[in-house]
Amino acid sequence: MSAHRDTDPRIHGIQSKIRVVPNFPKPGIMFQDITTLLLDPKAFKDTVDLFVERYKGKDISVVAGIEARGFIFGPPIALEIGAKFVPLRKPKKLPGKVISEEYVLEYGRDCLEMHVGAVEPGERALVVDDLIATGGTLCAAMKLLERVGADVVECACVIELPDLKGRERLNGKPLYVLVESH
Amino acid sequence: MFAAENGLKGDPRLQAISDAIRVVPHFPKQGIMFQDITTLLLDHKAFKDTVDIFVDRYRDMDISVVAGVEARGFMFGPSIALAIGAKFVPLRKPKKLPGEVIAEAYELEYGSDCLEMHVGAVKQGERAIVIDDLVATGGTLSAAIRLLERVGAHVVECACVIGLREAKGQCRLNGKPLYILVEPREVDGCY
Repeated sequence: MSAHRDTDPRIHGIQSKIRVVPNFPKPGIMFQDITTLLLDPKAFKDTVDLFVERYKGKDISVVAGIEARGFIFGPPIALEIGAKFVPLRKPKKLPGKVISEEYVLEYGRDCLEMHVGAVEPGERALVVDDLIATGGTLCAAMKLLERVGADVVECACVIELPDLKGRERLNGKPLYVLVESH
Repeated sequence: MFAAENGLKGDPRLQAISDAIRVVPHFPKQGIMFQDITTLLLDHKAFKDTVDIFVDRYRDMDISVVAGVEARGFMFGPSIALAIGAKFVPLRKPKKLPGEVIAEAYELEYGSDCLEMHVGAVKQGERAIVIDDLVATGGTLSAAIRLLERVGAHVVECACVIGLREAKGQCRLNGKPLYILVEPREVDGCY
């Protein structure tokens, strides 16, 4: 589900602040750069507010954010809705005991880690990232949370690239995005 | 300077923030007692108090830029920026930021590393703070200060949750004030 620009006047402002950088990180990729959104306090606040309005009062106790851009949006949401923030990180960044989930990239594999003990069984969780492309990273994030018995309520991203069909890789879990980019 | 010596002496929030930080021995290598703030992020009240203390300090200082050092600076900086109406500028490891960047090298114990900032993110004359979870030698923060100064910004202060021994007694970094909430946890608090 998306918050369509027709229904909420804040969406257009948010979309207009996202910068597209061609051929990054490699030729052919039109990179959706959210850093320009962060430079506009009103648009950045509107972004967070849209998520907070959706999730406040829904008994969500965990906001898991994917390194590194999920760390920018996740904590403000967590703080506003009264949840804890759990960083999901690349290997060897989290100190102490972790669980790992491997996932496939276009070429090769990568891995996401979460602290043991950060999330309790039965907790209701969101996964937050700036963007969903193929859905591989979000899928790994959801698996980490489900492995410790959490209930992933929804995945939340600022941007979706619908042509990459990431939504279909979420094992039926709902996805909420603010803007789509084709 | 430490918050307790600068207006927040006896503030119970500081003790709770300190208590919420976990020490992980011998990470990332033998001999290092790693100050882990992820347990602070799991404690909603303590995390909120951390952000609120910084917000209360900076909201009336006419700050238009909060620069956060990748990656743990990203966990604190944006909330502060949103509350004080400033922009958030991520300072990142090489090759992460798309488009045109400026880079600043800094020394590590062995070798060197590099911090990058987007060209055009910060304008000349803007008042900025730099935020990170922890300051040790100050090498990374110094690089952050230099990046901002190179584009003509005025770095008002550097703000960190934790300040290691090396930082104690040093209220300035590159001549810039340093504001720290707590000292490192001792071994007793770890597991």
